[in-house]
Amino acid sequence: MPTVFDWEKPLVELEAKIQELRSFVYEQGLDFKDELNELERKADKLRKEIYERLTPWQQVRMARHPERPTTADYIKLVFDDFVELHGDRKYGDDQAIIGGIAAFEGEPVTVIGPQKGRDTKENISRNFGLPHPEGYRKALRLMKQAEKFKRPIITLIDVVGAYPGIGAEQRGQGLVIAECIEQMSFLEVPIICIITGEGGSGGALAIGVGDRILMLEHAWYSVISPEMCATILWKDPNRAPEAAELLKLTSTDLLKFGIIDDVITEPLGGAHRDHEGTGRQIKAFLRRYLSEVKKIPTDQLVEQRLERFRKIGHFQAVQLEESRVKL
Amino acid sequence: MLRVFRSKPKYATVRSSAPDGERRDGDPLWVRCDSCSSLIYKKELHKNLYVCSHCGFHFRMSAWERLRMLVDENSFQPAEPLVSVNPLGFPGYEEKIAQSQEALQLDDGILIGEAKIQGHSCVLGIIDFGFIGGSMGSVVGEQITRGFEYGIDKQLPVVIISGGGGGARMQEGIFSLMQMAKTAQAVGRFSKAGLFYLSVLTHPTMGGVYASFASLGDIILAEPKALIGFAGPRIVAETTRQQLPPDFQTAEYALKNGMIDGIVPRSELKDTIGKLLSFHL
Repeated sequence: MPTVFDWEKPLVELEAKIQELRSFVYEQGLDFKDELNELERKADKLRKEIYERLTPWQQVRMARHPERPTTADYIKLVFDDFVELHGDRKYGDDQAIIGGIAAFEGEPVTVIGPQKGRDTKENISRNFGLPHPEGYRKALRLMKQAEKFKRPIITLIDVVGAYPGIGAEQRGQGLVIAECIEQMSFLEVPIICIITGEGGSGGALAIGVGDRILMLEHAWYSVISPEMCATILWKDPNRAPEAAELLKLTSTDLLKFGIIDDVITEPLGGAHRDHEGTGRQIKAFLRRYLSEVKKIPTDQLVEQRLERFRKIGHFQAVQLEESRVKL
Repeated sequence: MLRVFRSKPKYATVRSSAPDGERRDGDPLWVRCDSCSSLIYKKELHKNLYVCSHCGFHFRMSAWERLRMLVDENSFQPAEPLVSVNPLGFPGYEEKIAQSQEALQLDDGILIGEAKIQGHSCVLGIIDFGFIGGSMGSVVGEQITRGFEYGIDKQLPVVIISGGGGGARMQEGIFSLMQMAKTAQAVGRFSKAGLFYLSVLTHPTMGGVYASFASLGDIILAEPKALIGFAGPRIVAETTRQQLPPDFQTAEYALKNGMIDGIVPRSELKDTIGKLLSFHL
């Protein structure tokens, strides 16, 4: 049974009714064209009403939809001839991050992204898509390899956060995230980051420093998950819907803030309703932005990337007299 | 841009703001040690750099107290003052800032400027835990970035004393997260200029502060027993449902696991920083 959100129920019921009528008409050889068209029109209207007016919390739920394509799905949909590469050459191979080389429209690129599981068994082997330090070290290794062979890097980001575990802390989770962020910033190849689902804090930013940052329509990206934010503010994770409003984590918000460059529209109803359609959308955006950044000379590429982040922040300079810092 | 060259050097009259232990405890004379529960005479604690004389527990210090402890007299010249705005319109944020500014006599979570430590000029930044958990929003991120840029400009080393359990500041949302990238990149540029960055981790250094500039020092030191890590210990315990090792995420644990260069007791911190600066002239 596919997962249906409560706000989708009227639509799903209507769609089922249309389907039922269609098969009835087919079996009986009757003419119900006008009635069917009318119902289809109603469904279209309802779809627009529902999906174009999602609340931030509904967006978060969409990003977590169990049938939403995962990184491995996107790799199949968008790239050809993917060869997966394993291991960080230091400690292990983290199944929560996958990476390798693939062809994008005939050109080799390095693709990296966190991988969630489709079922319980896969989720356990993938640690529910929560990477350990060795996952980030693998990502960094593959990015440096891409730089050596002058391959563009595409990261596909869908991660609630870096894993908060004992081994992860022991092996330097915070340190490795910092290293990823810093070293990715200076790589002399084009980098395109696409937030496809969840963009959870430092665990997402660790592979999120790029020349163009794109985001799927129903993805979210934030300094903290709505649940954690609600826990801190009100000691109640059930108030996550309110926290989601406060955090301004939707693709629309982040485009307005200039944090991302573009929003990749999803097929109406979300990526989970049409994997192929979503793949075609990503392909089209990737083609456009990749060709754009490939034209930038290498020395300017890093400079522009640094400049992009240098400008981020909202603050105000004050007069010395107004400053609290007094000698 | 530092305001160093706009104002004449002035004398540092440092306000005494109470350490965290004192704030929680209303007693005017005595304070109870968070670690060994001994009663300590406040004056003695103050004289002992806020280290418990019974068990060696390092109390948290305010940025101003730390500044007084570390820098040569009259040598500190603060950076151009910046204050936070409320970019997301987050409820209660402005009040929180105003309270912290008043209580700590800081514009935001960091006290930063040019200073001399044992005669060596450097850019010195000190994060104050009392300011919204020592978290990094736009102001802290910008000040740190400017500090490194100033360091490149003047060919000065940078010393940052981190102590922020809050990590990236939630109230500024995505803008805080991006400060992690901005500061990490500032360290990267500074490092490529061949200059020396010393990161000192004090209790607690967690989350987005640890996962950016604080762990990118050429040398990373920590104070004894300081909590250092990415995820908070409670979250790790809840997620893993495992018993945490007794020394989990302490400075000693980080040292044992190869994540830091050394642990330096507070009484030796100034000498150690001075020595390390003298090696990087």
